[in-house]
Amino acid sequence: MTVRIDLLPKTKYVVPGNSACAGCGMMIGLKVLGMALGEEAVLSIPASCASVVQGLGPKSGVALPILNVPFASAASVATGMSEAFRQLGVKGQAVVWAGDGGTADIGFAAVSAAAERNSDVLYIMYDNEAYMNTGIQRSSETPKGAWTTTTPTGKREAKKDVALILLAHGVPYVATANIAYPQDFYRKIKRASEIRGFKFIHLFAPCPPGWLFDPSLTVEVARKAVETGVFILWEYDNGELKLNPPSSALVDKSRRKPLVEYLKLQGRYAHLSEDQIKQMEEEIDRKWQFLLRFAQAARPRA
Amino acid sequence: MRTLAVLKTALTGNYAVAHAVRLAKPHVIAAYPITPQTTIVEKLSEFVAKGELKASFVNVESEFSALAVVYGAAMAGARAFTATSSHGLFYMYEMLWWAAGSRAPIVMAVVTRTLGPPWNIHDEHNDILAIRDSGWAVAMASNVQEVLDLTIQAFKLAESAYIPVAVGLDGFVLSHTVESIELPPQEAVDEFLPPRRPDLPLRLRPGEPITMGNIPSDDRLHAEHLKNIYRASQEAKKLVKSIDAEYGKLVGREYGGMVEGFELEGARYAVVCMGAWCGDAKEAVRSLRREGVPVGLMRIRFVRPFPDEEVAELSGMDRVVVFDRDITPAGGILGREVASVLGRDKVVNVLAGLAGVDFKADEFRKAVKHAVEGEYADRVVLL
Ligand SMILES: Cc1ncc(C[n+]2csc(CCOP(=O)(O)OP(=O)(O)O)c2C)c(N)n1
Ligand code: SF4
Repeated sequence: MTVRIDLLPKTKYVVPGNSACAGCGMMIGLKVLGMALGEEAVLSIPASCASVVQGLGPKSGVALPILNVPFASAASVATGMSEAFRQLGVKGQAVVWAGDGGTADIGFAAVSAAAERNSDVLYIMYDNEAYMNTGIQRSSETPKGAWTTTTPTGKREAKKDVALILLAHGVPYVATANIAYPQDFYRKIKRASEIRGFKFIHLFAPCPPGWLFDPSLTVEVARKAVETGVFILWEYDNGELKLNPPSSALVDKSRRKPLVEYLKLQGRYAHLSEDQIKQMEEEIDRKWQFLLRFAQAARPRA
Repeated sequence: MRTLAVLKTALTGNYAVAHAVRLAKPHVIAAYPITPQTTIVEKLSEFVAKGELKASFVNVESEFSALAVVYGAAMAGARAFTATSSHGLFYMYEMLWWAAGSRAPIVMAVVTRTLGPPWNIHDEHNDILAIRDSGWAVAMASNVQEVLDLTIQAFKLAESAYIPVAVGLDGFVLSHTVESIELPPQEAVDEFLPPRRPDLPLRLRPGEPITMGNIPSDDRLHAEHLKNIYRASQEAKKLVKSIDAEYGKLVGREYGGMVEGFELEGARYAVVCMGAWCGDAKEAVRSLRREGVPVGLMRIRFVRPFPDEEVAELSGMDRVVVFDRDITPAGGILGREVASVLGRDKVVNVLAGLAGVDFKADEFRKAVKHAVEGEYADRVVLL
C-alpha cells in the first residue's frame, strides 16, 4: 500500500491552542494518528509531554476523545475502554499514546500484561528517549552516551529494545516508525487498526529541547537517525518480520551515512570522543545483525 | 409489599458478593488474587465462563491494573466491578484517587485484612479505613445477607452520586463463613437497578472529541471540581438512605441508611462499632441491658461520607464507647471521628481485635462496663 500525502484526510486533529514546544516530533506523530484514526480512536494518555501538549482545560488543542490517566496505567485503562466498547457494542479503537518512560519503565508491567492478554489495544510509544515532561531525565530508552540531567556525563547503559520485547509476547503486530516518514507511519497505523488484538508501534520522535538541537531540524534529525542506521524501520505482521524502506536498503553497512552526521546535530552527544563514537557504531551494527537474524527466522515458510 | 420469589440459600460472604455482582450485570470485571478476597473473583470468572454472567472478565498483572481496567471501562460507560484486600488495596493507591477524582461509578469489594509485616491474612479494618479520604464512599456490612444487599445497593449509589463505592466485609469472619441468606430474583434487581447511563460523568466515544484531565487553565476550576466532589459526598448521604429504603420496599430488608441503631431507646450509654463484630457487640449490649445497664449501640454502615448527623444524635449520652478494629499513631480512626462530632470528653476509644485476634461478646461486655463505669484511665484503651 502506498500513501499519497496529498490524498490524506484534511481534517485537523492537532489544532491551535496546543502547547507543544516548537518543533516537537511527538506532535507530528499525533497529527498522523489523527489523519489515520481521527474518527475511530479513543485515547488513553499517561502523564507525559502528551498530557501537557493538549493545552489548558477545559479546552483542548487536540481534537480527539482523550482520557488522561496516571503514569503507569495507560495500557490497563485502554484495555478497560476496549472491553467496555465491546460489551456496549461501540465501534472504535482504544489507543494508548504514551512516552518511552510511561511505556518502557513505570508502565511496563501493564504493557506486558495487555500484550500477553492480547487485549484489543493499539499501543503507540512515542520515543523521545527521556522523561521530557519532568525536565530531561534518563529513561531505559535513553541511548548509551546521551546526556540527560540525570546522566550528566552521558548514559552508561544501553537502550532497551521494547519493540522486540513486545514481539516476544507473541502479539499479532509490532512495528517501528519515525516521524520523518509519515506515510510509513500512517500505513502502519491503518494496518494495525485492522487487526483485533494487541498492536505495538514504536515511534521515533525527536525533541528539540531535550536533545539540544534547533527546532527547525526535527525532521532532519529523525531522518538522519534512519539514514545512519541508528533507528531501523521494521514491521512484524502475520508472523513475518521485514524491514521497511528506506531501512531495507541499508542492510549493507556501506550504504548507511556516517553516524556523526546524526550525532553532530544534537547537543546531547557533544561530549562524545571519537573512540566512543566508534564503539557506538559497532553497537549499531550488532543491533542490525541481531534484527536481520530475527527477520530471517520470522519468515513465512515457502 | 409484593411477594418475591426469593431463593433461600447458604453462602459465604465472598460468594454473596459474587452473586450480588452477577445480579447487578456489570459489563467489565477485573481483579487480582489476594487472600481473603480471591474466592470472589474465582466465582465471578466461573459465572462468566459458564455464561451465567455476560461480562468481560479481565485478568491483570496487579491490583493497580485491576482498578485501571475497571476505571477505563467505567469512563467508557460500562458498569464495572473489582475486589481486593489489604496489600492489594494499597497497591491501587494512586488509581483510587484518580477514579474518585474522575467521578467514575465503580464498585469495589474490600475484604478487610491486616497489613504486614508480618504476613498475616486475618481481619482488621486498617486497610479499608486508609482509603477514607480518597473520595470513595466506604461502607461495611455486618453479616452475609447485608454483604449481598449492600453490594447491589452500591451500584445504585455509585451510579446516582457518581462516586465510586467500596463495600467492606470482614476477612474470614464474613468472607469465608457460610450463613443462610435470601437471594432476590433477577427481575427485582433489574427493577431496582436499571442499566447505567453511559454518558455520565462524560461521554467517551470515537469521533466525539472531549478531554478529561488535562491541565486546568485556572486552578480555581480544579478547586471547584474538588468542592463539587465534597458536595456530592454530602448529597450521597441522602441517597444512601433513599436507596436503602427503596431496596427495602422491594426486597423487604432495610438497614437504616448511614447507620443502624440498636437498643438506643432510653439508653444513657452508646457503643459505636463497624463491621461483623457488631454482632458480638450487640450480644454484649443485650446482656448488659439484662443487668440493668442502659446501653444501646450504633453501627456505622458508611464511614464515608461520615454520618455526622446520626452520630450527633448520641450527644445526650453520658458516655460513648467506640470500638476500633484498627490502630494508628493517633489512636483509633472511628474513635477520633466520633470524638470530632461529640467532643473528646464523652468518648472512650477501645482498640481491639487487631491483627485478627478474636474479640468475643463477653469481652465487649466487660470493656463496655469498664468504660461506662469510668474505670479506664486513658481515652485510648488497648485491648
Ligand atoms: C507515579 C508518577 N511518578 C512520577 C510522575 C512525574 N512524571 C510525569 S511525566 C514523567 C515523565 C514522562 O516521561 P515519558 O513517559 O518518557 O514521556 P515524555 O515526558 O518524555 O513525553 C514523570 C516522571 C508522575 N506523574 N506519576
Ligand atoms: S519537551 Fe520535547 S517532547 Fe515534550 S513537548 Fe517539547 S518538544 Fe515535544
